[in-house]
Amino acid sequence: MAAVESSDSEEDLVSYGSALQPLQEGERIKKPVPLQEQTVKDAKGRYQRFHGAFTGGFSAGYFNTVGTKEGWTPSAFVSSRQKRADRTILGPEDFMDEEDLSEFGIAPKDITTTDDFASKAKDRIKEKARQIAGVVAPIPGMNAFDDLIGPSKITIGVELLRKMGWKEGQGIGPRVKRKPCRQKPDPTVKIYGCALPPGLSEGSEDEEDEYQPENVTFAPKDVMPVDLTPKENVHGLGYKGLDPSQALFGVSGREHLNLFTGGSEETNNLLGDLKHSKGRKLGITGQAFGVGALEEEDDDIYATDTLSKYDTVLKDEEPGDGLYGWTAPKQYKSKKRSEKEFKYIGKVLAGFSLASKSSAPIKIYPPPSLPRNYRPVHYFRPVVAGNENCHLQKALKESTGKLESDPTHQSRHALTAAQRREQLGEAELKGPAPSILEYLSEKDRERLKEVKQASEQQVKAKIVPQQSPNSRFQSASPEDATLKWQRQLGGQLANAGSSDFKPFAKDPEKQKRYENFVKSLKQGEKDTLERFLDPNMTEWERGREKEEFFRAAIFYRSSNSTLSSRFTRAKYEDDVDKVEVPRDQEKDIDDKETAVKMKMFGRLTRDKFEWHPDKLLCKRFNVRDPYPDSSIVGLPKVKRDKYSVFNFLTVSEPATSVTQAKNEKIQESSSLNKPKKSSRWDVSDKEKEKKDSISEFISLARSKTDVQQQPPVPATEKCGTGTSETLPTVVTDEDKNQEEESGRPPMDLFKAIFVSSSDEKSSSSEEESDEEQQPATSQTASETTKQVDIPDSSSSNIQESVTATTDSGVSSLPTSKQELDATEEFGPKLPPAFFSGRFCKHLDRKEKHRKFREKHKAKKEHKRKKEKKKKHKKQKNKGKHKNKKSEKDSSSDTTDSSDSLSDMDTTGLSPKELLRR
Amino acid sequence: MAFPRPRPARPELPRQRVQTLQCGQGAVRAARFNADGNYCLTCGSDKTVKLWNPHKGTALRTYQGHGYEVLDAAGSFDNSQICSGGADKAVALWDVTTGQVVRKYRGHAGKVNCVQFNQEATVIVSGSIDSTVRCWDCRSRRPDPIQVLDEAKDGISSVKLSAYEILTGSVDGRVRRYDLRTGQLCSDYIGSPITSVCFSKDGQCVLAASLDSTLRLLDKDTGELLGEYTGHRSTTYRLDCVLNEQDTHVGCASEDGHVYFWDLVE
Repeated sequence: MAAVESSDSEEDLVSYGSALQPLQEGERIKKPVPLQEQTVKDAKGRYQRFHGAFTGGFSAGYFNTVGTKEGWTPSAFVSSRQKRADRTILGPEDFMDEEDLSEFGIAPKDITTTDDFASKAKDRIKEKARQIAGVVAPIPGMNAFDDLIGPSKITIGVELLRKMGWKEGQGIGPRVKRKPCRQKPDPTVKIYGCALPPGLSEGSEDEEDEYQPENVTFAPKDVMPVDLTPKENVHGLGYKGLDPSQALFGVSGREHLNLFTGGSEETNNLLGDLKHSKGRKLGITGQAFGVGALEEEDDDIYATDTLSKYDTVLKDEEPGDGLYGWTAPKQYKSKKRSEKEFKYIGKVLAGFSLASKSSAPIKIYPPPSLPRNYRPVHYFRPVVAGNENCHLQKALKESTGKLESDPTHQSRHALTAAQRREQLGEAELKGPAPSILEYLSEKDRERLKEVKQASEQQVKAKIVPQQSPNSRFQSASPEDATLKWQRQLGGQLANAGSSDFKPFAKDPEKQKRYENFVKSLKQGEKDTLERFLDPNMTEWERGREKEEFFRAAIFYRSSNSTLSSRFTRAKYEDDVDKVEVPRDQEKDIDDKETAVKMKMFGRLTRDKFEWHPDKLLCKRFNVRDPYPDSSIVGLPKVKRDKYSVFNFLTVSEPATSVTQAKNEKIQESSSLNKPKKSSRWDVSDKEKEKKDSISEFISLARSKTDVQQQPPVPATEKCGTGTSETLPTVVTDEDKNQEEESGRPPMDLFKAIFVSSSDEKSSSSEEESDEEQQPATSQTASETTKQVDIPDSSSSNIQESVTATTDSGVSSLPTSKQELDATEEFGPKLPPAFFSGRFCKHLDRKEKHRKFREKHKAKKEHKRKKEKKKKHKKQKNKGKHKNKKSEKDSSSDTTDSSDSLSDMDTTGLSPKELLRR
Repeated sequence: MAFPRPRPARPELPRQRVQTLQCGQGAVRAARFNADGNYCLTCGSDKTVKLWNPHKGTALRTYQGHGYEVLDAAGSFDNSQICSGGADKAVALWDVTTGQVVRKYRGHAGKVNCVQFNQEATVIVSGSIDSTVRCWDCRSRRPDPIQVLDEAKDGISSVKLSAYEILTGSVDGRVRRYDLRTGQLCSDYIGSPITSVCFSKDGQCVLAASLDSTLRLLDKDTGELLGEYTGHRSTTYRLDCVLNEQDTHVGCASEDGHVYFWDLVE
């Protein structure tokens, strides 16, 4: 062999397959992949190793871990600060692979038929099953209710079919010419019992056909789907449980049967010996139970019967067969004969068929018989003053608070809160007064009444002549009565202001009636209301008018109450007149000016404040926040009196010294006789020694201050404006020359502060002399020792000329004008409350109501003087000053106070003014 | 009416006119050099700001967007932005290259007399006739100022900034210096309405020009008067005053149409 091989050429060699690539030099031979490394990978290159059934069958993740090749890395952290709102909710899909979502995955995403569009066939079977179950169920027909309740969902197929003309119960397919025979017994199926005579059955069919028009086509009969309900019981096939009503209550069942015996002769035949076994009340027959001993036919025991032989549905036709409760299969051999008896004989329109059932007769309900005394027109009964009136009265009473009525007549529920409170003996609540009138003073009320009465009289006088031509409509007596009442009740009604409110002004007669009505209501005459109404009116009209009047009366009341609701009591009395003001004020200019003049820049001209820069500003400037703990920005602020002029002004030095002291007084109103405490407002020592006499005087005065004395806020305003204006003109010249004198304010200032403005005792005759005295007093001001001894009357008169400008008339006008101008000049820097226009207005008002105050003041002052008499003489003198000052304060309170309705303010006002405001 | 501030002066004073720019902006309300002195800005009463190369005399760009005449302008340290304030009560921040308004700050109740950038151009400080100084943030987009300095009793005529101070001159005759570092406000009373204030280059002094035709050099820390310079006329108009680069001379515009120079130490 070897020789042959060697000798033979290539022809002898047989080669199989393709030759390997010749190895190149240096190339290493590839090692075969070992078995354990031969892995199955999926489309993505991931390992798809096969596991056992319990591990899922395929690998998940990275070697069945949650990690990756690089190790386990959680999803990159994304700050949720910005997108906290749209945090996504992860669904199972987020954790699934793409393969899972593919066609063959566990969650295919392809379009599939949803349940809505799935064919209904399955459901139908279920329906059948349910129907059957319904019969078998302990309460038969229960499922019918389920159907009623269940949602009616029509599948798209059904919908389409309907669009094409299909109807429920019809079969699908081309229409057929003849009416298809009902489910005839299958010829192959055996018939139990004796068969019908063929002639009869055929004949009946033929007969039926005769009445069918030739050209009518019919839809094919619906095909019953096969019931696929599984058999779960051990009963025989086709067995239905006994209908309990039939099986147990045989009598009724038999009766039921008997009803249809006539019509169901043939069916009885079908069942063979049912007739024969009549003696047996109840019988269970049927194939499921095998062949009974009494039955002759036993050859077909083992005959296989198809399901189609069994009726699976309770049909409409069924009741005819009289086989309720019997479960044996039966044939559609029904009751044609009975129907035939009253069949319509005639032509039927194309497309129509005769109704198989006659419609039930419509039940007609007779209308209810009218009662004997019924009248077709409704008359409103006259209102018999009952509870309605009671309510209205209540309303009216609440509005006026004047109407008295006996609460005993009223029921428990008709009582007002006030009445209940009275009965329970509770204290009255402090609430807003129900009407403006309570804010008014007694005197004003009286005057109001007078005015109202007068006007009402006038109105009446006008109306009465008007009425006379119309008297035919109205009986005279109620008219007289009303007039009388009006005179009687004038005062009471004035308060209510009923004459102001004329809802029926167009119809004076009606208005009159309304007024009478209201009046009588107020009087509590409930029953007499009727007579004010026009007797010529019909009952209905009267009723309507009465209604109208009620409404109008109530409306009036509400309008009244709305007016009173406009005013409310102040809640925060302490804080309203406080305002935030920079704590540190730049010191007054005057000394600086002098310093500048002397070119003494430096300490004198420099003010240093604590200033808080904004944190952000520090950040932007790259500067450390000097006050890292403070929340203040800018200059530190303190709360000050809103109406203190010094929040807005820097006044000349002497004025401040006085008013500073005043401010101190405000702050230290509680600590009266304490030695003077040093405060920020205190002037420096240097300044103090300049004017220690003044400060002494002031501190003395302050020590006398009454506790009840109100903080003289407006007073300081006024004097502040006044002095600051007058000082530069009068005193500054002196200031320059004499440093000593500059520390002391002129006398005008003291007068302005300590002198009563409304001291009416000082006669008006002195007012003329004021102007002459004014320069004189300013001169005397320079004399320090005299200031206390300046006569009261003259100084008070000066103030008088300011406040009572309108009184004093032309002569004193120039001075007052000056004062006003002064305030005006300071206007832009001042809050709007101090504008001169406002000031004038106040003066106006003040003038009007000075009389009130005058009396009041005089009395008060008298009292105070008495008290002070016991004191030291000097003190008494100062005490007088104090008294005056306090009075001045209180008076200027009324004049200068802001819009808030303090009680004191309103008492001096007429309601007209109130309303104007 | 303000004159171009003299360039950083050499030891000898500028004595001849180098260039005249025909602005064509109506009345020129202010002319300002940029940070390095290579460009200048003119604020016209025709609502525009113009950027010039004053050495060549060429107009580089016109900034339009103010609603009324422009009263002051300033350039940022990096020449990238310009701020301007005008009689339309608005402060505008411009982008130099695009010429567009980057931001507009509204809040002043009156004409804005003066505007300044801080050193890093993060804040614009503007003084207005409404007697407030407002510090506007250029970094954030908030529309309201960082802080309002409302201590002045009258209109602010001049505002200057140092690294940590805000110097304001007001018509109420006071020079106020807000020190952010120490959290203090120093108010120096001059008496006459202040028209212009500026720091000395060494940061030790404050120069204040007032309507009594006087310049005053004050010690920053104590407020003492170091020097007084008179001779020019300044009674009506808001005219600027400067100290030169070496703090050797004091310059001020005068209503007679000249620029006056004083030797600092006389």
